[in-house]
Amino acid sequence: MPQRQSIFVKLSAHTGRRLVVIVPLLWLAVFFMLPLLETLQVSFTVAMRSIPPYAPLWGFDEGGFFTNFTLDNYGLLATYWQDYIGPAFNSIRLAFFSTLMCLFFAYPMAWWIARSTVKWRVFLLVMVMLPFWTSSLLRIYALIGLLNPNGFINGMLMWLGLIDAPIQMMQTDFSIYMGMVLTYLPLMILPLYAVMVRLDNDVIEAATDLGASGLQVFRTVIFPLTLPGVIAGCLLVFIPAVGEFVIPALLGGPDQLMMGKVLWTEFFRNRDWPVAAAIAMLLLAILTVPIIYARYQDGRMDDTHEKETGAQ
Amino acid sequence: MGRMSFPVLCLGILGFGILYVPMAVMIAFSFNAGKLVSVWAGFSTKWYASLITNEQLLNAFGLSLFIAFWAATIATFFGLLIAIAFVRFGNFRGRLILSGLSSAPLVMPEVVTGLSLLLLFIGMEATLGWPSGRGVDTIIIAHATFGMCFAAVVIQARLRDFDLSIEEAACDLGARQPFVFLSVTLPVIAPAVIAAWLLAFTLSFDDLVIASFVSGPGSSTLPIVVFSKVRLGVTPEINALASIMIALVAVSVSAVAFAMRRRIVRGG
Repeated sequence: MPQRQSIFVKLSAHTGRRLVVIVPLLWLAVFFMLPLLETLQVSFTVAMRSIPPYAPLWGFDEGGFFTNFTLDNYGLLATYWQDYIGPAFNSIRLAFFSTLMCLFFAYPMAWWIARSTVKWRVFLLVMVMLPFWTSSLLRIYALIGLLNPNGFINGMLMWLGLIDAPIQMMQTDFSIYMGMVLTYLPLMILPLYAVMVRLDNDVIEAATDLGASGLQVFRTVIFPLTLPGVIAGCLLVFIPAVGEFVIPALLGGPDQLMMGKVLWTEFFRNRDWPVAAAIAMLLLAILTVPIIYARYQDGRMDDTHEKETGAQ
Repeated sequence: MGRMSFPVLCLGILGFGILYVPMAVMIAFSFNAGKLVSVWAGFSTKWYASLITNEQLLNAFGLSLFIAFWAATIATFFGLLIAIAFVRFGNFRGRLILSGLSSAPLVMPEVVTGLSLLLLFIGMEATLGWPSGRGVDTIIIAHATFGMCFAAVVIQARLRDFDLSIEEAACDLGARQPFVFLSVTLPVIAPAVIAAWLLAFTLSFDDLVIASFVSGPGSSTLPIVVFSKVRLGVTPEINALASIMIALVAVSVSAVAFAMRRRIVRGG
């Protein structure tokens, strides 16, 4: 696609243009790339009783070059696999089912919003965005007030005489799923809405006219056409859910340990920074596949966008 | 307008219920005279009164506002640069690296971002002598870094729709380039720039995990203080605080949404 002449293209020889690229690039290299490399280094070094509590990975002293390279931190993760690899699987399991639950609620919600009149649409979208802009910590806190043994739900049920003793809802998978849906539902609705609102009504009508039942229309027409939104939404929910810290820390018990909380405990409580760094690397390794897939999807969407605008 | 079947409507209402019932109950019980969120002991505004005399929470609130303001400002400036580079520069050298570096922070788990930035700051302190210790400045740097990636996404979307002929017209009329950008382009994309700033501000203001890693003694932000209180159990003062924050967000989101309603409906 030929680029149209803009003032920025005319500026090409100018150093100003180069600065626009280099300044943010440098910032991100120093404060994003470099930290990850530093974490990788620390994950291969030994813990020490000092400030900072780890030995330098390599350096020079009287004896010349020295190195503290070790694989012990990763070995530890493997040896005590129940404490480290177990939570990794737990994170994937809880994030996976949370994503499915978000999809289950978000799909009809997005459909409802996309099929509403324009006035209603603005109102409903604001209703979706409002929680998204509110602190998730405070929303999780509000949920605790609802689920606690002496919280609102148990209070209501006991007052109604339906139960005698409070139901244990906190520190269960249920409380984790509620927290995840509460936190990530808007992230699932917005991409779904974006594809549904562009969906051509004639296609659905054509299928209905040709005698397809409601379920058939959904299975063969609506769902395939909204699939890009489903994939985008699932990635937007699944990736942060795997690394979630606040939800397992406040709503989960010992059976709901997740990677984010294990890393936190290792760092703040056990003060074993090299092991915490190794957990960070493990978490990144787990997320590599979905992150690369998300980049690939994103790139494809950009391409179609460019083509669409190019065709105009 | 398609048919809206009954199950779809039920699930939709249930979904909104999950989002709003916890908040509604909390707001209602922030006016409860008792401490519990289950027993109504009469109407009272005493938690609001004790909130505005709680120095620890007020200080943390002020600190969070200060950090979020500067983090959002830096993030918006850099986000604008990134957006200009992607939309206007075509296939420049380093495009692939910049696109990778500016999108990876969006999906990076917070615990990893927080831990790695802390390790960097410690390493820099050992070799360069800066930053000495951790505090407000390190939190601002951390928040600006992920904020700029979100800001870039928001501004890019708007800049892509920008009609270049307006800039060309200004150029043809003899305007100089930096002047054209400031007086023609910037006002047109201003809503997106403001939205990006607000998003970066909110992300910084709400961040608990990254701030916990890169903060030092005496630089506890509001989420850090709230988290330490919530861990000890339900505190009625937090009910009052959360209700005020929700009200503030509701007013500002509604105002912005009203101003940008056309764009929202298009799903952009």
